[in-house]
Amino acid sequence: MANFSKSNVPAFSMDVYQNEYLPEGGREVNAIVTVSATGGGTVGSAVAAPHLFTPGQGPSAAVAIMVDCSGSMDYPPTKMRNARDATAAAIDTLRDGVHFAVIGGTHVAKEVYPGGGRLAVADAASRAQAKDALRRLSAGGGTAIGTWLRLAERLLSPADVAIRHGIVLTDGRNEHEAPEDLKATLEACAGKFTCDARGVGTDWEVKEVTGIASALLGTADIVADPQGLAADFTQMMETAMGKEVADVALRVWTPVGTTIKFVKQVAPTVEELTERRTEAGPRAGDYPTGSWGDESRDYHLCVEVPAAGVGQEMLAARVSLVIPQSDGGVQNLGAQGLVRAVWTDDMTASTSINPQVAHYTGQAELAQAIQQGLDLRKAGDFDGATAKLGRAVQLASASGNADTAKLLAKVVDVVDAATGTVRLKAKVAEADEMTLETRSTKTVRVKK
Amino acid sequence: MSQMPQLSACPSCEEPLESGDRFCGACGYDLSGGLPASSDDTLMLNVDAAAGAARPADPGPVPGSGSAAVPSAGSVGVPSAGSGSVGVPSAGSSSSAVSSAGSAATVHLTLGAPGAAAGGAPLQAPPGAVGAVPPQPSGSPVSPASGVRFDRPPEPEEYPLQAPDPRVAADAQAATEEQKMCVACRAGRVDGDGYCENCGHAQPRERDHMEQEAGPVAAVSDRGLRHHRNEDAFSVGNSVLPDGTPAAVAIVCDGVSSATRPDDASLAASRAAGETLLAALPRGTHPQIAMHEAIVAASHAVNALAEEPATAREHAPHQNAPACTIVGAVVTPGLLVVGWVGDSRVYWVPVDRSAPPARLTEDDSWAAQMVAAGLMNEAEAYADERAHAITGWLGADAYELEPHTASFKPDRPGVVVVCTDGLWNYAETAEEMAEAVPPDAAVRPLHGARVLVGHALDGGGHDNVTVALLPFPPPSQGAGSA
Repeated sequence: MANFSKSNVPAFSMDVYQNEYLPEGGREVNAIVTVSATGGGTVGSAVAAPHLFTPGQGPSAAVAIMVDCSGSMDYPPTKMRNARDATAAAIDTLRDGVHFAVIGGTHVAKEVYPGGGRLAVADAASRAQAKDALRRLSAGGGTAIGTWLRLAERLLSPADVAIRHGIVLTDGRNEHEAPEDLKATLEACAGKFTCDARGVGTDWEVKEVTGIASALLGTADIVADPQGLAADFTQMMETAMGKEVADVALRVWTPVGTTIKFVKQVAPTVEELTERRTEAGPRAGDYPTGSWGDESRDYHLCVEVPAAGVGQEMLAARVSLVIPQSDGGVQNLGAQGLVRAVWTDDMTASTSINPQVAHYTGQAELAQAIQQGLDLRKAGDFDGATAKLGRAVQLASASGNADTAKLLAKVVDVVDAATGTVRLKAKVAEADEMTLETRSTKTVRVKK
Repeated sequence: MSQMPQLSACPSCEEPLESGDRFCGACGYDLSGGLPASSDDTLMLNVDAAAGAARPADPGPVPGSGSAAVPSAGSVGVPSAGSGSVGVPSAGSSSSAVSSAGSAATVHLTLGAPGAAAGGAPLQAPPGAVGAVPPQPSGSPVSPASGVRFDRPPEPEEYPLQAPDPRVAADAQAATEEQKMCVACRAGRVDGDGYCENCGHAQPRERDHMEQEAGPVAAVSDRGLRHHRNEDAFSVGNSVLPDGTPAAVAIVCDGVSSATRPDDASLAASRAAGETLLAALPRGTHPQIAMHEAIVAASHAVNALAEEPATAREHAPHQNAPACTIVGAVVTPGLLVVGWVGDSRVYWVPVDRSAPPARLTEDDSWAAQMVAAGLMNEAEAYADERAHAITGWLGADAYELEPHTASFKPDRPGVVVVCTDGLWNYAETAEEMAEAVPPDAAVRPLHGARVLVGHALDGGGHDNVTVALLPFPPPSQGAGSA
């Protein structure tokens, strides 16, 4: 499948942050693994690494834009107009040579451009034609996102490119399709292409949109005001154009007798990966991370090791980055991290918590507290919601997650952030609540 | 240790190696013959030997007579206390560096017996400190010592003072050839990082247990039973003074666990100090000056580590500069010089056990300072949980380098025990130490050092334990033991 030479892969590096010291009988080893990719050409050129691609060039890529054309997009009519403009902006952001298609989505999926089950190749002419075709987009019909994704998969899969990416825009609930169908579609598409998902307005279901992004290793966000769509689409497409290597997996090897309790991405967003393991040889498993440009992500690994005596040392896990190949082999990306366990009777050493581990444990709890708090609030359990959202305010404040703290302050009145004392607001704008829920998994990094 | 080569390729399969590899990445060959060389010791700081205030008398002066005179350079007259006295330090205020160092060392004790020939004689310039540098037996100032050895059964101690054959390293390699399998589960191979590919357990490292013999000197270092790595290091060697008389040297360092890379610190310090001494002594440098210089060189070597990037394994948000203690001893036919910073110690144990043993160093520790300042008695001070906090160390974050040196003129044969607290925690007083030292330690120092390490392990082995033994007087090269 992926057909790129080794030299196109950005340089990956890995750092492990952990307190390796365990007390006698201690079994749980926690580590934060920071993975950074540098050498990307288009995004964030702050890193002074040699760029693999000159500006305007990049790895071969194919992109499918899926625009909601259901009847509700006409209420208000600006929504459809803004979606059209946003799609046009995204098309303008396409690099020359990138394969692309535009899909109009209702209860069925329709090829808007270029049609005929093909992908267009971006150049001045095809971009103009595509924008022309957007004028034919009109609202009418239902919503079955699974059909859109299946069409995108059919269009993207045959393309001989390194990066396959989709963008889904929806304004409503996935009403014309059984949830199981969407789930089955996501499972079928996972690993075939990555996909960002956006909800416009406030009539869509947060868990559907975040679920799509999560399954397809993309980002999810709310664009409450349709006017913001063009800027968001441009930024999303720029990020997609910055990707240089796809299908990267985090390979975790653990010794005999150990159990992996969880593997989570914890930055830039919390993403549970534990259940997404693919076995990769004896005692090793791969966790998908999608495609990478110039970026850095953090993973929290928790391993249970057999207890050992004071003075013993063992390797609890070896983490590496690989690109599984279609022929069963792997391309190793070189970066490697060791997670160790050392048993000591030095109480000071064994009881201290690594600051990175503590921070991300807090960030994961923050995301969970927000989601639980909002669910309880919807269910009418205001005491429970107050407690959870209070805890979230406390965690956001303590960890310096200012963006999340601001979003929380729109849902609760903060009496004292340090103790997590809050009151639920009597009236909360729906957009604010949905924004908080959608962005609850965003984390900040440790203050250095 | 100093003569261990840095391997650039695997001796078994020629795979290129990276510094720090303990096992070959391709074939798993054990590379423990070659420790990564520490960085060049650059002398960058101008550390002044601070003249410490004279300390009060050693608690419980050993009854006896004769004196241990503390010298100062140029042999400023040391008050000779005559027989039956405790040695009195020179308040040496002469301008040389060593005199100030000497004045910092005010160890009070007696080494001799009544009427000892040496009694009362202030130390003069070392015998034969003049003259041309004689050719070195090994052609280098580094001792022709044996390679590091691994857990070999105690050899029949032939102990002729001849330099052990460096080729014994081949033995060690042959022995470790079979160590590709994990020692913990015996089922997995050892990976390139020194862990088992099956059960993940760390494999024994070269530094877990080290033994070395250099002429009449021997040292043994062990990880102990409670620590996951050995942060102690030592260096031993022997040399010849310009007058043709032998000199033996031992340096022992204990890495400070709360600092970053304590194992690197102790290794760098012991190497730098040992090399400095073995280079200076043949040139006729006074052993006490040489000891002072060696400690300064060691401190530079440790300071330099703070500037290096941390190894990938050990990066932590809060880095402490690498640090370690140091203690060393030089014996010549007429002189015993000790030097230290921190709480590693030197003990004197006479061959004739009817004579009193003695501790020759004064810890840079909280407890010792409390006692010295008269604020607590020894029992109270050592019962405090802060007792073992050290107040002096080598490292970039040391407040001020205060190398203590002292020299003694023992009047009888004995053995000098240079050790870390991993040993003396189990034999704190000089009498306890003397009891632990086997009677034949002066003639079988390697055996003696093993016995002492065994003493610490039997006691619980709570810390890394390192001990070096030097017979006094040093037997001349090729001759029988003293």
